[in-house]
Amino acid sequence: MPAMEPIVIVDYGAGNLRSVQKAFEHLGHAAAIADDPDTVAKAPAIVFPGQGACPPAMATLNRHGMADALRQAVRSGTPFFGVCLGLQLLFDWSEEGDMPGLGIIPGRVVRLPRGPRVPHMGWNEVRLARSHPVFEGVPDESLFYFVHSYHAVPSRPESVVATTDHGIAFCSVAARDNVIATQFHPEKSGPLGLRLYDNFVRCVVSSPRGGTRVSH
Amino acid sequence: MLTKRVIPCLDVNAGRVVKGVSFVNLRDAGDPVELASYYDREGADELVFLDITASAEERDTIIEVVKRVSEQVFIPLTVGGGVRNAGDVRRLLQAGADKVSMNTAAVMDPRVFKEAADAFGNQCMVIAIDARRIGPGAPTAPPAPLPADHPGRGPLAVDAGSRWEVYVRGGRTPTGIDAVKWARYMQEQGAGEVLLTSMDEDGRKDGYDNGLNRAVSEAVTVPVIASGGAGNAAHMRDAIVDGHADAVLAASIFHYGETSIVGVKQYLRRSGLPIRLGPA
Repeated sequence: MPAMEPIVIVDYGAGNLRSVQKAFEHLGHAAAIADDPDTVAKAPAIVFPGQGACPPAMATLNRHGMADALRQAVRSGTPFFGVCLGLQLLFDWSEEGDMPGLGIIPGRVVRLPRGPRVPHMGWNEVRLARSHPVFEGVPDESLFYFVHSYHAVPSRPESVVATTDHGIAFCSVAARDNVIATQFHPEKSGPLGLRLYDNFVRCVVSSPRGGTRVSH
Repeated sequence: MLTKRVIPCLDVNAGRVVKGVSFVNLRDAGDPVELASYYDREGADELVFLDITASAEERDTIIEVVKRVSEQVFIPLTVGGGVRNAGDVRRLLQAGADKVSMNTAAVMDPRVFKEAADAFGNQCMVIAIDARRIGPGAPTAPPAPLPADHPGRGPLAVDAGSRWEVYVRGGRTPTGIDAVKWARYMQEQGAGEVLLTSMDEDGRKDGYDNGLNRAVSEAVTVPVIASGGAGNAAHMRDAIVDGHADAVLAASIFHYGETSIVGVKQYLRRSGLPIRLGPA
């Protein structure tokens, strides 16, 4: 695999970035944590992790010009991997705080239904609705680790890569063009989770920025 | 379907695992990284590290442990023991912990717990509750000195209908707080999960207190981890089926090879429960 500039992990004060960084390093890929829009703009690929609540996260992204930098990077074709809160923030609007998100994938984010336990916490099946290069070699209905209380409802069916059941069948993997995002935590999902990050890097290498996009 | 979790608990003293795995050929049975990797390979769904370091000057050793483990082991890691405030929580999360549990500090001042939950999110805040059955045989140590305006001296106080009481300081000190009411109250303060230990059953290997597990599971909507009393896989099935627990925690039966995580999980799956088998 050819050498490349480090992947950029976006730091906006929400969650366990170190685990994400260590996961990429464990796979032999350099990954740098960055909290400034300039670094994001130049990134060969972006990982957008996060935990916690939407409102403070969105406020931080807007305050530092990071929201615009992320939208611009996605528009310019930079391969982009959202994780957990980093999936939810990609949508147009969230019920959590009744506020707009980044508007990168059409749809909204709502609370998980009452009935089963919330937060949805633990290993659950991810049922693929279609193939995606990041899931290459990952068997359908594999288990991944979830921790969340809200879930995305994409407006367009083609944005749904996979679903998971917890009271309802919700979108657990969303994608659009050069963007993929998982509601679960690949960096906490053992070897299969690491496989997704490895596949993502392979996509980045085989699809130079501005060239072929990660997926379609 | 969401699987039921099996969670080994490791006691850490000054950066070393005590009471560690004694039956497999590890280079260093006291090394947290080696043990964590071993349990990960066996199919542990998460790991809990309980810091039992007593000396103040060695308090930071757990931070190094968390850093080293999270570099090598890619499953969730909960850390507890001696967590006093939001600053302690922050340092553990930054080191690589996914969840932090609080026990005595939350009892003495629930606002400390809420502050951390507000800052870092409910999903990473675990309320650890040590509970004992009320009645003859309960220890009669002097109770914890709760301030006059503490809810434990008001709506959460033990009353005629109470069956379990919250204990602190390693299960030695009673608080006068009803354990079931406390669990529900702490969910309102931002707990994303309850780690529920029966101090009556802890160490007896005679099964979990499933009356306690069920009462707390029905009182809260967040996940409940049953702890204290595991002696075999059937006890774990009972905690899930009868106690309605979402996860089962055990220490010594895994460490001493009385049963393996693989064996427990195969048994639970044969019992018809949704279970994740090993990572391989």
